Formats: sequence, C-alpha cells, structure tokens
Amino acid sequence: MTAMLPAAANTGVNYVALAVLIVLFLLVTVMGFWASRWRQATSMESLDEWGLGGRKFGTWVTWFLLGGDLYTAYTFVAVPAAMFALGSVAGFFAVPYTIVLYPIIFIFMSRLWSVSHRHGYVTPADFVRGRYSSRPLSLAVALTGILATMPYIALQLVGIQAVLEVAGVGGSQNIIAKDLPLFIAFALLAAYTYSSGLRAPAVIAFVKDTLIYLVIIVAVIYLPSKFGGWDTIFGAAETKMAKPNPASGKPGVFIPNSQQYWAYATLAFGSAMALFMYPHSITATLSSGSRNTIRRNASILPAYSFVLGLLALLGWVAIAAGTKPIGLDGKPNAQLVIPQLFEDSFPSWFAGVAFAAIAIGALVPAAIMSIAAANTFTRNVYKEWLKPDATHADQARVGKLVSLIVKAFALIFVLTLDKQNAINFQLLGGIWILQTFPALVFSLYTRWFHRWALLAGWAVGMIYGTYTAYNVINPATKGHFGGSLAAMPIIGDMGYIALTAFVINVVIAAILTFVFNAMKVDNGVDETIRGDYFADEGDPRVEKLETPIHLQTGNP
Amino acid sequence: MVNPEFDDVDHDTVPPANKGLLAAAGVLLALPLIALAWVGSYARVEPKLAGFPFFIWYQFLWVFLCSAATYAAYKLVLRARPHRPMAGHRDAETRRRDEELGR
Repeated sequence: MTAMLPAAANTGVNYVALAVLIVLFLLVTVMGFWASRWRQATSMESLDEWGLGGRKFGTWVTWFLLGGDLYTAYTFVAVPAAMFALGSVAGFFAVPYTIVLYPIIFIFMSRLWSVSHRHGYVTPADFVRGRYSSRPLSLAVALTGILATMPYIALQLVGIQAVLEVAGVGGSQNIIAKDLPLFIAFALLAAYTYSSGLRAPAVIAFVKDTLIYLVIIVAVIYLPSKFGGWDTIFGAAETKMAKPNPASGKPGVFIPNSQQYWAYATLAFGSAMALFMYPHSITATLSSGSRNTIRRNASILPAYSFVLGLLALLGWVAIAAGTKPIGLDGKPNAQLVIPQLFEDSFPSWFAGVAFAAIAIGALVPAAIMSIAAANTFTRNVYKEWLKPDATHADQARVGKLVSLIVKAFALIFVLTLDKQNAINFQLLGGIWILQTFPALVFSLYTRWFHRWALLAGWAVGMIYGTYTAYNVINPATKGHFGGSLAAMPIIGDMGYIALTAFVINVVIAAILTFVFNAMKVDNGVDETIRGDYFADEGDPRVEKLETPIHLQTGNP
Repeated sequence: MVNPEFDDVDHDTVPPANKGLLAAAGVLLALPLIALAWVGSYARVEPKLAGFPFFIWYQFLWVFLCSAATYAAYKLVLRARPHRPMAGHRDAETRRRDEELGR
C-alpha cells in the first residue's frame, strides 16, 4: 500500500489550529471557574461538597461525568497509537474491555452504592475499614488507589503534550522550552480543579463531549472515504502488520493468532475489572443520586464503546493515509499519530477544534482522577493516621493540596518513563489497582476471607506485579517497565500481568484464610448488616448531607 | 427528623427475591463475558462485512448485544427483588441518635 499523501513532516507552528485550540481551552477554563457557582452549595469548605459535588447528580449528569471519566486521552491518543504501531492485541482489546466492563459493574456496583450511602463511605478504603475494622487493610487499599492513579493521569498529560507538539508548540533546544506547553496545561488544570472541585469536570464534560462527538462524526465518516474506504484501510493495515516493526524487529498483529488469545482476553478482562477499582471511577458512581442510576447507566454507557472502537480504527486509517508521526525532535513517535492525521486531513481551523477535543478530553479525567486520589488521601491517610481530629475545613484544604501533589507526581511519570507506548501507563496502573479487587469486591458479598489473608494476598500481588512489570524490557529503548504482558505461570502463553498477579493474590488470600481461621486470629468487627447492601434513596441515613440541596434534575 | 414507625423486619438478612428471575439476569450478564473471552471463536478475517474483517465487526456487534442484555437484566433485577424499605430499622447508630434527641 502506498501512501496517499506526501509525508507531511511536522514543519512548524500551525497558527490557525493553535489559535482555535487556545480559544476553546480558555473557554473551558472560564467555565471551570464559573462551575464553583453552579448549583451553589452552602459551603465548598466541606469535603463532601468539594469532592462529591454534594452527591446530588442525576442520571444525565452522571452519564456525562462517567463518559468524561472513561473516554480520555487513552481513547484518542494511546489506543489508536497502539493500533498504528503494534496492531490489534496492543490496541483493539480496548473494545472488549469496555464491553465486558458493564456487566461486571452491573453486578457489584449497586451493592457498593447502597452500603456506602448507608454508612457514609466515600472511598473503597472506607468500606474495607467498616467491613473488617482493619486499619492496615484500609491503608493498603487507599495507598494503592493513589499510586495507581498517577500513571493514569500521566497518560492524560502525554495526550495533551501530543496535541501541543503536533500544533508546533515547544522545541527540542532546551528542556524548559520543550516541556513548557505541558507545564502551562498542567498549571491551568491545577488551578481550576483547585477552586471548583468535582463541579468543574461536570460542567466541562458537556463541552468536551459535544466537541468529541463532533470530531468523531466528521473523522469516522469523512476520513475512511478520503483514504479509499474500509477495504483499502484494512488492506493497508494487514500489509503493515505483516512486516517487522523497525523498532522492535517483531511483526505487528492484524488478527490475533492462537498464541495471542490469552493476551487479548486477559488485557480486556484485567482492564475491565481494574477500572472500577480506581478512586475516580468510584467517586463518579457514588455521586449518582440512586442505587439504580448505576445499573441504568450500565446499559446506556456502551454507546461509548462503539465510539472507542471507531477511534481505535483511526490508527489503521492513519496507516492507509501514510501519516508520519514525527516529533519536533525529528524522531518518530507513534503517540502523535492521531493529531498528525487530523492536521494532515482537515482544514486548519477544524484541526484546532479536534486538538481542543483531545486536550480537553484529557483535562477532564485528569481533574477527576486527581480529586479522587486526594479524597482518598484525606480521609484514609490524613484523618485516619495523621490528624484524627481534623475539621471539615482542614480536610478540604489538605484534599486540594494533595490533588496538586498527585498531579505533580504524574508529571514526573511523564518526564521519566518511556512515552512511546503510552497505553502502558494505564496498564501499569491496572496491575496495581487490580490487587485491591479481592478486598473490595469479594467483601461486598462475603466475609469468608480473613482480613490479614486479604492483606497478605494484596502484598504478594503488588510485589509480583511490580517486579514482573519492571522486568519487561522495551525492545527499542532497553528501558524497564517496557510493557504489561509476561508469560503466565502454568499456561505458558503471554498474558496481562495484572490478571496473573490477581490470581496469585486470591490463591494466597484463600490459603491464608484457612490458616488464620485455624489459628483463631480475630477477623475484626463488621459494622454493616446484610440489608445495607440493598438500601436505596429514601432509606434512613442514605442522605448523609447536612444541608441537602434539592436541585436534582430528576431521573428520566 | 420524623420518628419512624417500627417494623418487625430483621434487616440483617438479604431481602427476598425471585431466584428464577435473578438467575435469568445472571445468564444475560454472563453471555457477553463468555462470548468475548472466547477469542478463538472470532479471531478470523472472513466473513467480511462492508470491508470490515469478522474480528472487528463481530466485536462491534457485541456492543449492542451487551447493551440490550444489560438493559434486560436491569429490568429483570428490578422485578426480581423489589426494594425493601428500611424505614423502621433501628440500628445502633439510629438508636444512639434517637436517645440523644430524648426519644
């Protein structure tokens, strides 16, 4: 397949696109500040108000919030880049991932909603503590959530950086000029998140989704026909994937072969099970107004999966288009492929709109993630371990500060780890967060597992997962943490490390449960009762707010 | 705060449910999981649909099938286990709060 366009190297600043990008970016920044006055609560000083938007969002706002949360730079930059560079196992697994996600959350999320609202839990660690009266297990869950969120935020920053680099901002001359746009975007994000809490992303999600749908509709209708139709596109992808990748020397994947089935399935299921363990996903679902909102959402959210699949295929459209993702330093960088495809194919002003969609689409989830990680730190580390008598104002202040620190750590991830395969940031986070699954999800159903056994299983899973991921060497750069697949024990095929570590975690937890029970080690006190897992709005104590704001839009 | 009427329900139990409907919902939720976990059943190029390899369009098809299955499961679960109100439930915390208020 020959390139349809002359290779448009990244020659300079695209002023029109950049101007449109900046205008739209400023617009959402202003909206972010305005958001703190939207549905005004009596006081933003309480952590409940700042961190959960008063927990009064109805179905549609929740839907947009979840969308803003789940479909991100991961969708727009990392997945198509993986499709472009490596093929379907590395990229298209995101489609089954976001499909099987919904049956999985349907099953356990409403139980978590009910018990959380009955007992005022805001984080997974709160629940674990209440269920087992175990402070160490709760701390383990909290710290894992904060740690795992950092590479996920880093992925969003890579997305913003990719857009700015294709627009021509930055340079390779010195380290400060090179990363200046990244620091500016980071600073703006930090500022409006700091002032508005979860309300900022909720308002911006509307703008973001409108822009994203506009860009997607244009991209998936116009681009395939421009580059010869889907037959030609799949033909070009098949040809490219059959050839060895210049960086790794291995061929790509068009359709997985029988040695890759495990990799494909474990990436999809591991990612799906991991997603709703993240503090930010739990924050968003606990923000919804009733137990059944979550289940209803689970049946309407798959619309996003379809969109995700089409965006993934844009990575292959770029192959047919002959897109050359060359960075400002003159080296190829697959992460630039979608912004570059847009710049090559669209008029400058629309390229600017598309860039804005990608950049804002990275900002919203980054804001939500850092707020959620901050909530977790404040409640489960600061108040629990450092300052038990902290007032609400203290907590809100520490939460805001920690949301900045978490973002700063994410920035360190971007600046130190390999950005060539950004999807790996998210997969790395998944390895860690999935180790909290037994303590959280199994405990929603049973207290059969012993609290110390869960803690031991978690520790072994974390160590195994981190060690194994560290030993994956990137064939091109020779760096550590080069990927998230490793040979699975017993089965032998390659599989997602998160799921292998999870299985080891569960086995250890089960065996040690027998041991601790035999030794008659205390399994703590359970403050929940069975009925708590089925409570709904209107039941006693389900409304935890001291000053409820009855401004809900109502459920359709 | 209104002092609630007390009921005789033991809330430290699972609310009653129609087991058959719950099982049906479980099957609906399991179908997409099994179908997509079985990668060998769809990792092929033919038959193509409008230029899309089977591998691609089959997974797109499951977006809609899964959405329908999840929605059906939602309706079944609502019917299977009607909400059991907890209005009359006096747990330790409610009791303590009531005592503080002199009830």
